[in-house]
Amino acid sequence: MSTTQHFDAIVVGSGISGGWAAKELTEKGLKVLLLERGRNIEHIKDYVNASKDPWDYPHRGRPTQEMKRNHPVLQRDFVLNEETNGMWANEQESPYVEKKRFDWYRGYHVGGRSLLWGRQSYRLSQRDFEANLREGIAIDWPIRYQDIAPWYDYVETFAGISGTVEGLDHLPDGKFLPPIELNCVEKDVAARIKKAYGGKRLMINSRTANITQPKPEQGRVNCQYRNKCWLGCPFGAYFSTQSSTLPAAMKTGNLTLRPFSIVSQVLYDKDNKRARGVEVIDAETNQTYEFTANIIFLNASSFNSTWILMNSATDIWPGGLGSSSGELGHNVMDHHFRVGAGGVVEGFEDKYYYGRRPAGFYIPRFRNLDDTPRNYVRGFGYQGGASREDWNRSVAEMGIGADFKNALAEPGAWTIGMTAFGEMLPHHDNRIYLDHTVKDKWGLPVLAMDVEIRENEKAMRKDMLQDAIDIFEAAGVKNVSGGDWGYSPGMGIHEMGTARMGRDPKTSVLNAFNQVWDAPNVFVTDGACMTSASCVNPSLTYMALTARAVDHAVKELRKGNLK
Amino acid sequence: MNRRELLKLIAATTGTAMIGGSGLLTGCATSSTQTALTFSPDDIVLLDEIAETILPRTQTPGAKDAKVGQFMTVYVNDCYTREEQATFHKGLLLLEERCHKTYGHGFMALQPAEREEFVSHLDKHAKAEIAAGKMHYFTMIKQLTLFGFFTSEVGGTQVLRHVAIPGRFDGELPYKPGDRAWATR
Repeated sequence: MSTTQHFDAIVVGSGISGGWAAKELTEKGLKVLLLERGRNIEHIKDYVNASKDPWDYPHRGRPTQEMKRNHPVLQRDFVLNEETNGMWANEQESPYVEKKRFDWYRGYHVGGRSLLWGRQSYRLSQRDFEANLREGIAIDWPIRYQDIAPWYDYVETFAGISGTVEGLDHLPDGKFLPPIELNCVEKDVAARIKKAYGGKRLMINSRTANITQPKPEQGRVNCQYRNKCWLGCPFGAYFSTQSSTLPAAMKTGNLTLRPFSIVSQVLYDKDNKRARGVEVIDAETNQTYEFTANIIFLNASSFNSTWILMNSATDIWPGGLGSSSGELGHNVMDHHFRVGAGGVVEGFEDKYYYGRRPAGFYIPRFRNLDDTPRNYVRGFGYQGGASREDWNRSVAEMGIGADFKNALAEPGAWTIGMTAFGEMLPHHDNRIYLDHTVKDKWGLPVLAMDVEIRENEKAMRKDMLQDAIDIFEAAGVKNVSGGDWGYSPGMGIHEMGTARMGRDPKTSVLNAFNQVWDAPNVFVTDGACMTSASCVNPSLTYMALTARAVDHAVKELRKGNLK
Repeated sequence: MNRRELLKLIAATTGTAMIGGSGLLTGCATSSTQTALTFSPDDIVLLDEIAETILPRTQTPGAKDAKVGQFMTVYVNDCYTREEQATFHKGLLLLEERCHKTYGHGFMALQPAEREEFVSHLDKHAKAEIAAGKMHYFTMIKQLTLFGFFTSEVGGTQVLRHVAIPGRFDGELPYKPGDRAWATR
């Protein structure tokens, strides 16, 4: 053991929620240590591909066979590509066990997946927070919409979410910047859908964490419509740790950022029933360090926050800190997707577009609201867009020669497509656990995944497919065809659950303020805390829950309740 | 609309670029041992000329201007599976053999009209094979030609249009026939 350093607070993980924890804690005057297991990526300077065009890549963006060999999991989907290569966790150094197939896409670097995220930002609704209780599924959320609403306001205002006010109870409005516009075809289809369904089904603008007005106080420029967000934005136009929360935390002078710091456990003081700090393995030197603090925020991403808990205080609880409920590691959720439809829109051949949007349209949930219940519970939303076909449209149909080249140099038909994102129920048997027979590069046990979609999700997928087809046909879209391209848990990259919030320590890991019941100075505010999944993209909710938990933590700290 | 097109248009418009995974341009399987079958300088010249026949120089640049032959060899070497590499290399031999049978000499010795006739026949033949569910080497060459050309700087900026930093979005830009497509979405 080396020297022990003390801080007021430690934050584990520097992604979306960890960045928020660091910002809020430092702005409240606490001295904070922000630990990140991977390398540093500095804003703008380290966005090595941010200004490249397709021709700047030797393979024009496509994955090589070597990349596929190095990333046996990632290569299953589009996320493995030449543009973001090097931005995903090293699968050899950090393996995991798939008892059942689980696609786990991890960003092990400062900023985590905040650099790589899809940026779609929607609020959970009162209906979402009540769903478990009303349907008798899993356990009740310990909070309601009104508990989190002001915190949504707060984080949206800072992060910058563009969108439109729609007045829907099941998709609450927020503090929006002007929306990223729909194109002319989307506007037309949206109007036809509204008419066809009497307003019961709506196509609205994406709500996305790309700013449409500058935020000079944060040094951020509005979106330049390059659609290269996942490479890091030199304009700081989308919310990420680097563009937004990290600079704010740094500005306080209260933040210490330590990359290459793998937290191996929370150090637990059983006499005080409090955590006293964390143990860190330096990823480069393998040296072990201890850091102590009054409060600890675990924001290591859903599964890794739970991994840390499972590996902590095992002398008292063999299943780890927070396992006394029997729920730690259980109730894994994701959003199941890869079902949708597409078709051709006629009548806009004299229209095109300028600029590349990082967004499209959204069709909010319409199933199981106040209409006839379906043969499943919960619902789904659609995300998609319309565009004109490019040179890639007719590889099989056209010939060769000058006319062929000239034809492909012009845009083709307008097409429109969308894919559904469905809610996945929390199921006790969907779980992760430690596998001590497999170790990572640092000799630490790895996670095993045992998760599958069940009857409710499978029944929902039938509607996700048919409704997509029906909506487009009702809107006059031509040549509509749909498909279910198969889904494996994890592919949504929205992994949630495993340390759920609740009202009772016997059935939940965290209380209503994200405190571990068995160690109230430990907070978990990433996706691990989710009690149910809703069908909307979850990151905005992690931001709001984190800001709310920090507010509570600091108040409690000042009252002396966390000593 | 097939699955590839659908996925592409969905991905292109939802902020998740669908790059790779077409299952056509590259195979899905990976091989564990990879000793690249090699290309000679002559192969690059041959590939350039085939590509130029598919996408000739007109008032705008053609495949040779975009160094498509060179690109194809890099792509086949690095991104194709070993099986796909073997199909591609064998395909070049088959192409020359077919050319000899038809015209009495190799592709490089053909007149421009003969090249067009030959590649056009090959294109139709390959389409029939693909329709029957069989991979054909010419389909590989043609796909790599289109991909290599339209994602090149020459193709992307002189044949298509490209603005590195659009700065704004207009969802209803007037369009008239002859206006060029954007290089990227």
